[in-house]
Amino acid sequence: MPEVRASSLEEVQNAVRAHPRLRPKGGGSKPALSTPKEGEVLLDLSGLRGILEYTPEEFVFTAYAGTPLMEIEAALRAHGQYLPFHPPLVGQGATLGGTVAAGLSGPMRERFGGLRDFILGVRFVDGEGRLVRGGGKVVKNAAGFPFHRLMVGSLGAFGVMVELSFKVFPYPRATRTLRTGYGTLEEALSALERLRGLPLDLLALDLIPPATLEIRLGGFPGSLEGRLRRLQELLGREGEVLLEDEAHWEGVRDLSFLEGSPIWAKVPSRLDLIPILEGLPLGPRRYMAGGELLYAGLEPEGLHALRRAGIPHLVLKGAEEALFPPPPEAFFRKVKQALDPRGRFPLG
Amino acid sequence: MGFLQELKALFPPGRLLTREAELAPYESDALTAYRRRPLAVVLPERKEEVVEAVRLCHRYGVPFVARGSGTSLSGGSLPVEGGLVLALNRMNRILRLDPKARIAVVEPGVVNLEVSRQAAPFGLYYAPDPSSQPVSTLGGNVAFNSGGAHCLKYGMTAGHVLALEVVTPQGEVVRLGGEGLEGAGPDLHGFFVGTEGLLGVALEITLRLLPKPEAYHTLLAAYGSLEAAGNAVSQVIRSGLLPGAMEIMDRLAIEAAEAAVKAGYPQAEALLIVELEGPKEEVAEEAKLLSEVIRESGALEVRIAQSEAERQAIWKGRKAAFSAVGRLSPDYLVQDGVVPRSRLAEALREIGRLSQAFGLRVANVFHAGDGNLHPLVLYDGKKPGELERAEALAGEILRLCVRLGGSLTGEHGIGVEKKGYMPEMFAPGDLEAMERVKEALDPQGLANRGKVLPEEVYA
Repeated sequence: MPEVRASSLEEVQNAVRAHPRLRPKGGGSKPALSTPKEGEVLLDLSGLRGILEYTPEEFVFTAYAGTPLMEIEAALRAHGQYLPFHPPLVGQGATLGGTVAAGLSGPMRERFGGLRDFILGVRFVDGEGRLVRGGGKVVKNAAGFPFHRLMVGSLGAFGVMVELSFKVFPYPRATRTLRTGYGTLEEALSALERLRGLPLDLLALDLIPPATLEIRLGGFPGSLEGRLRRLQELLGREGEVLLEDEAHWEGVRDLSFLEGSPIWAKVPSRLDLIPILEGLPLGPRRYMAGGELLYAGLEPEGLHALRRAGIPHLVLKGAEEALFPPPPEAFFRKVKQALDPRGRFPLG
Repeated sequence: MGFLQELKALFPPGRLLTREAELAPYESDALTAYRRRPLAVVLPERKEEVVEAVRLCHRYGVPFVARGSGTSLSGGSLPVEGGLVLALNRMNRILRLDPKARIAVVEPGVVNLEVSRQAAPFGLYYAPDPSSQPVSTLGGNVAFNSGGAHCLKYGMTAGHVLALEVVTPQGEVVRLGGEGLEGAGPDLHGFFVGTEGLLGVALEITLRLLPKPEAYHTLLAAYGSLEAAGNAVSQVIRSGLLPGAMEIMDRLAIEAAEAAVKAGYPQAEALLIVELEGPKEEVAEEAKLLSEVIRESGALEVRIAQSEAERQAIWKGRKAAFSAVGRLSPDYLVQDGVVPRSRLAEALREIGRLSQAFGLRVANVFHAGDGNLHPLVLYDGKKPGELERAEALAGEILRLCVRLGGSLTGEHGIGVEKKGYMPEMFAPGDLEAMERVKEALDPQGLANRGKVLPEEVYA
């Protein structure tokens, strides 16, 4: 398969100008999105890496798009900070750019919001090889068209991201996880629904079918036990408390529960959708962020069932068409035309 | 049939304004230094009427501007001379409020604060709270990606918009986004937010609601210098705290607020307000750390709100500061540039120097947590040349913000006021990309023509 490597801005621009169709790839942790299709040249961006600026006091960093999240998180951790949207697949080598292109958040998105809430700025190379900047490097900014938000979930349709700026937050000083099982899905859902509406500042609120909730709390060591007790009282059950929960949640956000499934998919979910989704032949799965985000491991049959039911999703591993349904023509097509007139990039 | 005749067929008398006296109130927004006479104003009550009006504009090549309450401080809803104004205040229904899904679906003319009012019985609220929130509408908030005092922790409007129904400048109706927090595919609704009406008009907006924080801890600290207050903000951040809001006022702003609402503020060179919010146990722990940090920051006096009434009293002065400055000066310009938080002290020093050099007073009120400055440049419009001097000073402040690594605007938008400064922040290639997107969606350049992008676009 034809392949070109780009480790600098100029090399990205040259590659874009030289090849009629390109498929960008970072760490390759989402093969459905980074494997070239017929006629595409693979643009390997794994060499475009490194943190460019990081001022802990600003809660902001800027890094090259091909930087592995593991590297970024290590730098943040040294200053007691983290990416609050808890990007998945870090352990598998996910990069910053790939995470933005796929638009992926993990379980801890429940507390402060998803990737779209934390991206501040971008520099990207458009379909004509031109460098474009959107957004900025400060936590508040309303100047110009927000190209950085356009990149979220774009699958690289509008350009090759070169550099990204993000907001970060202080990492909770201590965490606890409460796991409670219910008799039926209905009971678990009703508890989930109740917790969603309360001001408990949960770090994560997950539903593991058929009927288990995992709830993660984070904060000051001095307040955590009290909050945990209150949560137990609210739910009317002791549950199981994980004191050392870090490794557990690292496994969750790396989607280790999908291991063994041929197809991995992200499904934007909702409370009212969960009973419907639970009626489909989906494999191992977990609903994150109060039921709003499902990661499921599928057999081809499960993928067909999702498509038949008309439920939007993104395939991360193992299918022909990664995105269902395609983006709304009337708006998407014109923005695409403006930035990638020759259709060099995906979703062309 | 001509354009106006066709409009008449769409809008009954009373909802199509064409007489001079009727048009006058729509000639400007809150940036009153700019005025333009529109051809007509229509008052749609349903989204179909907006769509039809936009389609007419498209057919006849008539530029249009959508507006709500006209609170834009950057001239964002200034009419185009001879164009149509779509005044959307009558589209003010909350179409659906679903506490279980934690969403509200609203028309663009709904006033920001109304959403939180309606959501309050369910323990929910709409987080983005621009100072104009009792008046400004969500359509405008979406256009400008409005902010407020809580952006560091909660982000701006863009993060809280889950879906949009939009009419494009060519009259096509599209739905962007969905009803949940997550999506699959490009975040087109996120991209639409903040494009200041250049890419279409929002017809329906789906908002995320959040559980209202359980407890607040509000602290007011007085300092002997602006710099000391600015440094205190950095110390709070370094301690690992994440307050919901951090606000600073300088002496001039304090005096103005006192004269206006008698908030009972201590007399000082600078006041810092810090507000923690969250679960009560958590806030109690954070408050202990905050009090240590503030003690070490050299505060001259510290007050902690002991009740909701005391908390409101602290906020009352801050919220009144803008309008109160009107008591100190016949006119003022307000800017809203952003600097990296660690450069706050430097920015304030430089603003002080510029104020001296230009011979104009500058009052400072700002969202210190996110580096969003609000220098109020005081002037007297009756004195020849003073407005121009004030504009030049404001421009220098904007350049300063960009030079320090910040932004031209944190929450007010570029509008007509700051478009000349866009090249300071963006390279020609960045602006060209914006122009190309604008042109692709609006080849005739009808939607909010003359805003955001520097002049040569329309040459």
